[in-house]
Amino acid sequence: MGNKEQLLHDIGIVNFVLTELSLYLDTHPDDCSAMEYFNHYNRMRNQMEKEFSQKYYPLTLRLADCSKEWRWGAAPLPWEGECV
Amino acid sequence: MWSYEKRLEFPVNIKEPNAKLAQAIISQYGGPDGEMGASMRYLSQRYSMPYREVAGLLTDIGTEELAHLEMVATIVHQLTRNLSMEEIEKSGFANYYVDHTIGIWPQAAGGIPFNACEFQVKGDIITDLMEDMAAEQKARSTYDNILRLVDDPDVCGPIRFLRMREIVHFQRFGEALRIVQDKLNAKNFYAFNPEFDCEECSGKN
Repeated sequence: MGNKEQLLHDIGIVNFVLTELSLYLDTHPDDCSAMEYFNHYNRMRNQMEKEFSQKYYPLTLRLADCSKEWRWGAAPLPWEGECV
Repeated sequence: MWSYEKRLEFPVNIKEPNAKLAQAIISQYGGPDGEMGASMRYLSQRYSMPYREVAGLLTDIGTEELAHLEMVATIVHQLTRNLSMEEIEKSGFANYYVDHTIGIWPQAAGGIPFNACEFQVKGDIITDLMEDMAAEQKARSTYDNILRLVDDPDVCGPIRFLRMREIVHFQRFGEALRIVQDKLNAKNFYAFNPEFDCEECSGKN
């Protein structure tokens, strides 16, 4: 696995943790330790996605900073099998 | 409002095409217990939900189902790309191919097109949450059936992930139902529709 694939793989894992925690918190809104986990992984996700966008391509429109080339449009699509 | 992320919820990278398997798995795209019905069910049930936390849960699970819809489409796409005409004829894929080539169209494994009658929005929170729990179990059974047909580990991995999510969603809907029942007014012992019949029985007042 190259650096790009490794980072995308890790972003997938951290996002999954956040998806799982968000559903849990929807039905357990008073669980403070779950909220601490959520905040921790949320910061990690934001940092990793920013790094991925700067090095490779933007995963979301929000991270699509561009000047010469429309990088959002040039990014690979997930069904192509790029994500490992 | 939604925003899109250019990645799958769980990676799908299938190297060997298998049109026969694609025809079974497409049922989870547009079949009776598929992800299209799941996302449309939860996202449509939200609007008349009397409790904000349940409407929020429906939004979040409905959104995750859209990510699952994309994963199923990706599996079918990767199982059908680079097929030869000979493979299309031999695998029984010709009936699908003649109408859709190798595009992705929502249908059941047996060829029945997707139809909104595959899910319900009853406008009654107890009824709807019971349907949601049943829907998660039916989808889990379908993934079990698919897993018995699969021996390619590239396909097994994402299907196992999707199966696992059905179990988690079932759990969360069960908790939502418990939250709702706890809120119902004691006068509403038989749990008649708190969305419509009786404002005071919703437990809001």
